[in-house]
Amino acid sequence: MTAELVRGQNHTLPQTRLEIRVSAGSPVVAGATLGDERGTVRGAEWIAHPASHRVPGLEVSRQAAADHRLAVDLDALPAEVHRVTVVLALPVGAGRPVSFGAVAAPFVAVTGLDGTEIATFTLTGLDTESAVSALELYRRQGAWKVRAVGQGYAAGLAGLFADQGVAEAAETAAAIQEAVASGLARSVTPPPRTTEGERVRHPAGPAAAGAQAAAPPVPEAQPAEPLGDPASARTEAPGGGPIDYAHPRRQTSAPPPPPPTAPPAAPGQPARPVAGDATGWSMDERLYNQIWGMFEDLARAVAAYRSAVDFAESRMDQELDRALSDPRNRIGGAGDRAREAARAKRDELTGRAREALERDLAQLAAESAVVEPALPAAYAGWDNPVWHAYRVPMEIPMALRLGDLLLGEAPDLRIPLLVRLPLERGIWIDSGRTASEAAASTTGDQLRGLAVETAVTLAARLLAVYPAGEFSVHVVDPAGSAAGQLSPLVGSGVLAGPPAAGAEGVASVLAHLTRRVDLVQMAIRAGAADSLPPDLDTGEHLLIVNDFPHGFDDRAVTQLRYLADEGPSVGVHLLMVADREDARAYGPVLDPLWRSLLRITPVADDHLADPWVGHAWTYEPLRTPQGSRVLEQVLALVAEARRGGRC
Amino acid sequence: MTVNMTKGQAISLQKSDGGTLTAVRMGLGWQAAPRRGLFGSRTREIDLDASAVLFADKQPVDVVFFRHLVSDDGSVKHTGDNLVGGAGSGGDDEAILVDLQRVPVHIDQIVFTVNSFTGQTFQEVQNAFCRIVDETNGQELARYTLDGGGQYTAQIMAKVHRVGGGWQMTALGNPANGRTFQDLMPAILPHL
Repeated sequence: MTAELVRGQNHTLPQTRLEIRVSAGSPVVAGATLGDERGTVRGAEWIAHPASHRVPGLEVSRQAAADHRLAVDLDALPAEVHRVTVVLALPVGAGRPVSFGAVAAPFVAVTGLDGTEIATFTLTGLDTESAVSALELYRRQGAWKVRAVGQGYAAGLAGLFADQGVAEAAETAAAIQEAVASGLARSVTPPPRTTEGERVRHPAGPAAAGAQAAAPPVPEAQPAEPLGDPASARTEAPGGGPIDYAHPRRQTSAPPPPPPTAPPAAPGQPARPVAGDATGWSMDERLYNQIWGMFEDLARAVAAYRSAVDFAESRMDQELDRALSDPRNRIGGAGDRAREAARAKRDELTGRAREALERDLAQLAAESAVVEPALPAAYAGWDNPVWHAYRVPMEIPMALRLGDLLLGEAPDLRIPLLVRLPLERGIWIDSGRTASEAAASTTGDQLRGLAVETAVTLAARLLAVYPAGEFSVHVVDPAGSAAGQLSPLVGSGVLAGPPAAGAEGVASVLAHLTRRVDLVQMAIRAGAADSLPPDLDTGEHLLIVNDFPHGFDDRAVTQLRYLADEGPSVGVHLLMVADREDARAYGPVLDPLWRSLLRITPVADDHLADPWVGHAWTYEPLRTPQGSRVLEQVLALVAEARRGGRC
Repeated sequence: MTVNMTKGQAISLQKSDGGTLTAVRMGLGWQAAPRRGLFGSRTREIDLDASAVLFADKQPVDVVFFRHLVSDDGSVKHTGDNLVGGAGSGGDDEAILVDLQRVPVHIDQIVFTVNSFTGQTFQEVQNAFCRIVDETNGQELARYTLDGGGQYTAQIMAKVHRVGGGWQMTALGNPANGRTFQDLMPAILPHL
């Protein structure tokens, strides 16, 4: 049971070996200070920070990063330590956010070594602060407790350390930023260097004016152009710099901005829709919830319409039967009149049902028209301009758009099919012939080609929405039949290795991934996630299998089933391009495999049911616009970021 | 102003200012009757369930109850099953929300029923009531108390039905026996 702490709340810790996880939307420095029973930090050796990342019982990361894991062993701390404060700070540097108000609210979780969360805390409400003490672990009558603090410091780390009684607060803060800056220079593109003369001295906040005056100022490399904060920079950019394609309201910032509310509606008119008009902690979550709300509304509006039409038809049939069977209706025009009346009743009811549906559809279409342009890349179609402003993200998005869903009553209203990330189940792109119209007008070979293309665009999308290096794609193409379609992935160099060919290739890729799943599972079960071999990367993996079961022997099929069952929980996902007919020799033993995968089709096909009413929705895969190079451009950026991360 | 309804009484769901109602809530509240004697403090839990059946021309089209909380069209919503009743607060323990504007055009009657899922008769239930509230402003429009409940396990409470362009509510208050709404269907049909 996770305790979601609010500022000031405390929670008893059930164990002394812990991990503290930090996730922030942008790179932050994580550190920790140790305090004695009066809360005083006795010296520099009581501070764990990137330049001195290990103190007894505590280890922090040596770099600034969006995600941190701090290992804590409270039993190993010196006996006079009564308090551990977890500290976050923004790294200084040109073009970096200068305050927590400009970045997403950091999230801190205290977890056991197996990853189960004990307590979590979201640091909302920060504004001009550039350093914050996030959590406090403290001794209380022999037991350890955690308290959510969330105290920010506008004067940065120097102010924070001064507040904790560190003698050389400013020097320590400067040393930390120095160490981080050199680490940043190694890991990501270094900020443009500014000469000494251009360096602007940052005015110290009132809270730490004393400490700041006594010590040399923190070297804060300011950009040559004096920019207030990223938000205002954004609006000023079109003046001289390149055009910013990013949606002006899409940046995430803390505290979470209130959801946009619809402007008051004119009397008698439905309220005008607004993108993000749903609940959620971030804009992404709000849009996700809004899209699922639209999905449900459309399902229900159409259910009401279909139910009314069915009723109107069945009532007319009954009335026609009655009119036919009544002997009095056989003479004169009475029978015709009765039939006329029955039809008119049917038409009147369906007409009213249609009217109600049109009203709902118009409302949903208006909502879709404002929501689609506001979507982040992971939710957006390839034709959305957001893909042209694509940048490699710092964190995994909440969900991924797999395609569009539509119903026959509203062929123009497309609902994005969003699945949560990390993927919870594998995906099967059915290259077989289905009963749909679109499949009937396509040859078998074309279908197979389209299926591989769909797999490639999907893999590219996954690679693009994960931070650089956190998602690897392996391809198994035993007969080499998909070389043409795979070329965007192969050519850009984003694959973990060349597509595996032949039975040996299949065997080696499967063996590699099976070993990974096995090791990670063992480590998780044993609660020893830190003892995994160093060559094992902890990112997520996607295995694309083309032409299944070609090139697969019984052993390989068994391994594949193992991956489909056990992989998703440890970050190994399956993307099968297959025609079930090809594998019919295996009989029903493969049925559980097919059922465990989310089936999508390379052409429009109605096979997906919604969870509320169970309509059969037409699924359409996402295609890049004709002649567009967006896929190649995005993959090139992904490849560049991956190369940058490796050296 | 609350109207205390009697069996068979009909009230129109027109607002006093002439506008029609757009959303109503059918609330159900009850308490288990305390038992006397040794361990009298041990009240036995009673699970009453509110259900709504949507009819189109006397044919059941959809049902909202604890296993199907939202009608397919989304206009009728059950806020969730309460298994034990109120602890004396007097509020609604189960509620069904009806968005009258979104009710599909062919639905002309919605019947609300109450069943005792755990099988106790209404004699063992205390302070049971059913009320209709204007969801837009929280005003109680009608209240029907289940006082003097006899040896039966279900009650067909009320129905809202279309009259002209608006809706009207009729209190039914008809006792019946049954565990879920399915058992009540024969008892409901005469009231349509």
